[in-house]
Amino acid sequence: MTNLVYLVPLFPLIGFLINGIGWRKMPKSAGGVIGSLAILASFVVSLGIFFEVKASGTTTVVNLFEFISSGKLVIPFAFQVDALSSLFLLIITGIGFLIHVYSTSYMHHDEGMVKYFAYLNLFVFSMLLLVLGANYLIMFIGWEGVGLCSYLLIGFWFKNRDYTNAAKKAFVMNRIGDLGFLVGMLLILFNYGTLSYQEFFGQLSTGQVAATSSMYNWIAICLFIGAMGKSAQIPLYTWLPDAMAGPTPVSALIHAATMVTAGIYMIARSAALYDLAPVAQNLVAVIGLATALLAATIALYQNDIKKVLAYSTVSQLGFMFLALGVGAYTTGIFHVMTHAFFKALLFLGAGSVIHAMSGEQDIKYMGGLRKKLPITYITFLIGVLAISGFPFTSGFVSKDEILLAVYHHNKAYFWVAAVTAVITAIYMFRLLMLTFMGSFRGTEEQKHHLHESPWQMTMPLIILAILSLVGGFVQLPHLFGGHDFLNEFLAKANVPALVVEDPGMEMREYTLFGGTCLGLIIIFIATRKLFAVDSFKGEYGGFKKVLANKWYIDELYDAIIVRPLNALSSAFDRFVERMGIDGIVNGVGKLVRWGSDRVRLLQTGQVGFYIFVMVIGMTLLFAISFFGFSN
Amino acid sequence: MSVYEILFWFLTVMALSCALGVILSRNPVNSVLFLIATFFAISGHYILMNAQFLAIVNIIVYAGAIMVLFLFVIMLMNLNADTEPQKNRLIQLAGVISGGALFLVVLAALRTSTVNVLEQTSTDIGLIKNLGKTLFTQFVLPFEISSVLFLSAMIGAVVIGKKEEGQTA
Amino acid sequence: MPVQYYLFLSLALFSIGVMGAMMRRNAIIVFMCIELMLNAVNLLLVAFSKMYNDSSAQIMVFFNMVVAAAEVAVGLAVIVMMYRKVHSVDINILNRLKH
Repeated sequence: MTNLVYLVPLFPLIGFLINGIGWRKMPKSAGGVIGSLAILASFVVSLGIFFEVKASGTTTVVNLFEFISSGKLVIPFAFQVDALSSLFLLIITGIGFLIHVYSTSYMHHDEGMVKYFAYLNLFVFSMLLLVLGANYLIMFIGWEGVGLCSYLLIGFWFKNRDYTNAAKKAFVMNRIGDLGFLVGMLLILFNYGTLSYQEFFGQLSTGQVAATSSMYNWIAICLFIGAMGKSAQIPLYTWLPDAMAGPTPVSALIHAATMVTAGIYMIARSAALYDLAPVAQNLVAVIGLATALLAATIALYQNDIKKVLAYSTVSQLGFMFLALGVGAYTTGIFHVMTHAFFKALLFLGAGSVIHAMSGEQDIKYMGGLRKKLPITYITFLIGVLAISGFPFTSGFVSKDEILLAVYHHNKAYFWVAAVTAVITAIYMFRLLMLTFMGSFRGTEEQKHHLHESPWQMTMPLIILAILSLVGGFVQLPHLFGGHDFLNEFLAKANVPALVVEDPGMEMREYTLFGGTCLGLIIIFIATRKLFAVDSFKGEYGGFKKVLANKWYIDELYDAIIVRPLNALSSAFDRFVERMGIDGIVNGVGKLVRWGSDRVRLLQTGQVGFYIFVMVIGMTLLFAISFFGFSN
Repeated sequence: MSVYEILFWFLTVMALSCALGVILSRNPVNSVLFLIATFFAISGHYILMNAQFLAIVNIIVYAGAIMVLFLFVIMLMNLNADTEPQKNRLIQLAGVISGGALFLVVLAALRTSTVNVLEQTSTDIGLIKNLGKTLFTQFVLPFEISSVLFLSAMIGAVVIGKKEEGQTA
Repeated sequence: MPVQYYLFLSLALFSIGVMGAMMRRNAIIVFMCIELMLNAVNLLLVAFSKMYNDSSAQIMVFFNMVVAAAEVAVGLAVIVMMYRKVHSVDINILNRLKH
């Protein structure tokens, strides 16, 4: 089965080609069926691979063909199948399949549905390349591929100017990060002469190449800059909330469950490198923590249902980086997995709400949807509980693990992270109350239109809800009779877990457990009182306004980066481009034109004159060759 | 002076003066006749250099066939000294000067080259037997290609000379 | 007899041909001057053939004649055609390419 790994990305590629080539002609339903089947086929193969890897625990590198061969540099197009990549295969194809099914219904009214599925298939293909690649270059190909698909899908409704601007923003910000990744890759290539994971990490562990600690740090920081862009961390996070311009299933798949976790995947993959680079590792933790807190505070006062979820995604990504930064790589991956479940669930639930509200995204006009959309309500509630860390849901287990790991690393980090977790619960419950409780605040027409979504949309919701509930059981704390299945599994792929010997462990576990329960009950009551209301203005003053306006970060970037850059460009345009370069280019043109106007007069059309000139030329040539250069 | 030298100088003077006659005579018919005389003088030189075959071919092909063709065309068009277009003096002078310059330049260049005396003993490389052997062994491919050239020239001449539709002489 | 003499003779014939081509406006005379130049070259080739005692140069002369004959056939056809169109053989009329 492992040798058939090329089939996994092949199916989405075929789906993309069929849908992409025939998108003008194909019926909509056919596009959806082909797109979903392609992913289903990948999922089946991935399952097979996963269980094989689980049984054998070996790392297999499948060489497909030689990709680049130049001198000593040989980079094969190879896939690496191990515990880490097979786990990601399952997440990507599994959740991807559910979201494809969901999309067949969600995008049903859209004229570009087949094109949409083509993009979605291409995205899954690129993402699979990213996680399967056996060297950084293949990862980079997938990395760029998912960036492209993200751009295409954010700007899917390209007739809206704001949406295309959001797409451009995402693309440019990702480029900045990609530059860092590229530089990191080149540094590795320059110092170690290879990009293959196995060779590179092998050299790291044996220390064959004497590199200073600062070199490790530089490489690690460069790679982390790439991860910042892709996984929306400070300072490159502002594109992700804007990316909500795309269709909601896209937000669920790309901007919550899979693509944005590519940065975490990359760092977990490079765990061996980060263990040698303490400065970079600390930077990862600090950036992750700061992002988590900042995004959580912003999410408190957002009125757009998707924006709230977007900022919560940024915040949760910050948690994952925090886990990576304190050395708990498996915990980070664990949170990627549980987050994929509940965040996809929340986004799809939001999509279901938006679908019912005929495209309305502002929670000011929602409320009381509980009665009309019971399945959506229950699944959404489960999602909210999971992300808030309600005991024994998947979010509780993974976040709990992160907090404990951070606690052992640094107490200050722990308190900030704990506060962030509380804020997370507050804004999620606020969203839940405003959307589903209280009374309906929209127009009569919308109220009339409200309906539960069809089975293609509710089925994925239910499956994801179940996963969100039980997904944590693969690594339940020992205290509750759990076992570290995931840690053991990932250890086979050389992703180290943080092992802590701590006598006070149980105590802290109980404290967290109790604190979470108590906190959630308080938050539930408080938000119910505050937000389960009949009228909601959604306007804020004072400091709340700063938060509602996202700390004015976009405006800040605009003022200190975008505008000076624009001014500089227009100055260059005016002085260098128009006067300098255009002057030279046009000057050459004018000179040639002027010269040929004169020389043209030689063409008299008189044969005699031509003979005359020819003889003169011949004479001169003879004279030069005989007398000119001889001795 | 041997007979050989007398013949050489005689033929040389004849060739040069007849060549000048070609370009100076106003009547085209006279030009053709002068040119034929030049070709005869050149053929004489060929014989002096033991190239008997070429001498004969030169007379047959050039003087016989080609020049007759020229003569024929000139007669057909009824050209004579009166209809002859003349260039103005300045252009003629320019032509003489530039041609003379070409002559002088090459002359000056070759003036100091080592002297290589042609022997007067007769050789038989110019005989038809030897030439034929070389032509049909070493140069058989160019020979065949030249026949294609002839064919295409013939077809070309016919096509160009054909009256166009609807045109009367 | 030094080969230089032949060299100078053929050079003189060639230059006369060049002068003629420049001085005359009659297309047929220009054509004849070209023939004269070709013959000057032929003469030189025969002289060198004699000097090196090699028959290849004479074969070259033979091919020159072939080319000249083909050229005359086509060239005269062109001149006849031109005469038919404009009733003149003046090369100065042949300046249509300019326009």
